[in-house]
Amino acid sequence: MKYAYYPGCSLESSAKEYDLSIRACCHFTGVELVEIPDWICCGASSAHATSHLLSIALPAKALVQTEAMGLHQVIAPCVACLTRLKVASMEMADDDALKKDVETVLEGSYQGKVKVRNVLDVFLNDVGVEKIQEAVVSPLKGLKVACYYGCLLTRPPHIAQFDDVENPHSMDDLMRAVGAEAVDWSFKTDCCGVSMSLAETDAALDLTNRVLEGAKDAGADCVAVACPLCQSNLDLRQKAIGNKYGVFYDLPILYFSQLMGLAFGATSRDVGLEKVIVDPFPVLGAI
Amino acid sequence: MKVAVKGDTSSFAKEIEQACGQDVLTCYQCRKCTMGCPMAFKMELKVSEMMRAIQLGLREEVLSADTMWWCVSCETCATRCPQGIEIVEVMDVLREKAFKEGYKIPLKTIEAFHKVFLDSVKSYGRLYEMGFAMDLNLKLRDPLKDADLGPVMLSKGKLKLLPDKVKDLKSVKKLFENVKKLEESRA
Repeated sequence: MKYAYYPGCSLESSAKEYDLSIRACCHFTGVELVEIPDWICCGASSAHATSHLLSIALPAKALVQTEAMGLHQVIAPCVACLTRLKVASMEMADDDALKKDVETVLEGSYQGKVKVRNVLDVFLNDVGVEKIQEAVVSPLKGLKVACYYGCLLTRPPHIAQFDDVENPHSMDDLMRAVGAEAVDWSFKTDCCGVSMSLAETDAALDLTNRVLEGAKDAGADCVAVACPLCQSNLDLRQKAIGNKYGVFYDLPILYFSQLMGLAFGATSRDVGLEKVIVDPFPVLGAI
Repeated sequence: MKVAVKGDTSSFAKEIEQACGQDVLTCYQCRKCTMGCPMAFKMELKVSEMMRAIQLGLREEVLSADTMWWCVSCETCATRCPQGIEIVEVMDVLREKAFKEGYKIPLKTIEAFHKVFLDSVKSYGRLYEMGFAMDLNLKLRDPLKDADLGPVMLSKGKLKLLPDKVKDLKSVKKLFENVKKLEESRA
């Protein structure tokens, strides 16, 4: 199983532990990742707010590069990148004039053969639950995890084409496969407000607080995420939320891949556990 | 809001449909979009009201509204719309038009966010996270905003002090130039 790998900007700095833990999980499950050489930013929300053509051309570059590597599938672990790459591939498939414009901008051609893959989907459907269970050496017994999907893993459904749009369970399935308990809760797909987090912090805190409160009320020991933006927002803003609402949740926010990696026998350093702001060692030490 | 409209009011909706393929005229005001919108509490003109204003041809009012600037593109509205209108694509068209036509953006913060973000991509080919946060705060004249988070992130190895530049910066610059050229030739 060989895939082109598009880490994206966050995984190079603020979400380094997502990159480390994805690579660790791939190592234990026989998934081969080949990083796209000299990849460029997908433009995220700022490109699509300012220029439609730019918002397609930036991520299309990664698709063209994937083809040049002779590969047909690309994994983008960051959900913002994932969505932009998917939108680019789908819109170019449906709109010949747009595809031609993008080719003019990139000064290269695109055959349209690349499939953009979500990393949860790869573990669940290409690797499979059975193989994941076989790879577990230290099951996460007794750990209560609230799986948080956020906005774009399932939405909009015609782009994401993944899981149940209002009540997804794929991350829950993966957590159960590595021995953890996935708690039932109501905020799996509520927005955490991250796109407002830097520019309009106060407005974002209301949304962030609701998600954390929901996870705590469901009795979770930690929250599992699959998006670097959700992670940094839910993790970094707990102090500000404590100051605003008087509730200090002290809830570790971990990438699902960090938890999976630990179950596969990776060390805490291998999965970058020390990089998480709210200390996860107390809840993980108990298992 | 009370407005008087005359004659054919559908031209703005048609303009939007031409830009993104979404037919706002099919909206029948069920208000599911507004009900599910996590940012509705901030918007002066709610999403469903914005859709109605588009139907009424109120181009000026819509392009100077705050709706699309509070929108976080979470896609809840588009997912639940019974008419299948991809409302976030409509938001994108409105943001793009407001930017390009020089409308006053009611949220200076969000305008600065997009500008500083794309400047980083243009300069380095990638987002330089620490530089981005600092430039944004300078632009917002609040240089010490979130200053407490910087040392925490640095100590956790979550921030790089220097930007990660791509090797082939020339082609990144070219990409931006080509987009601009193509768009200007069609304006």
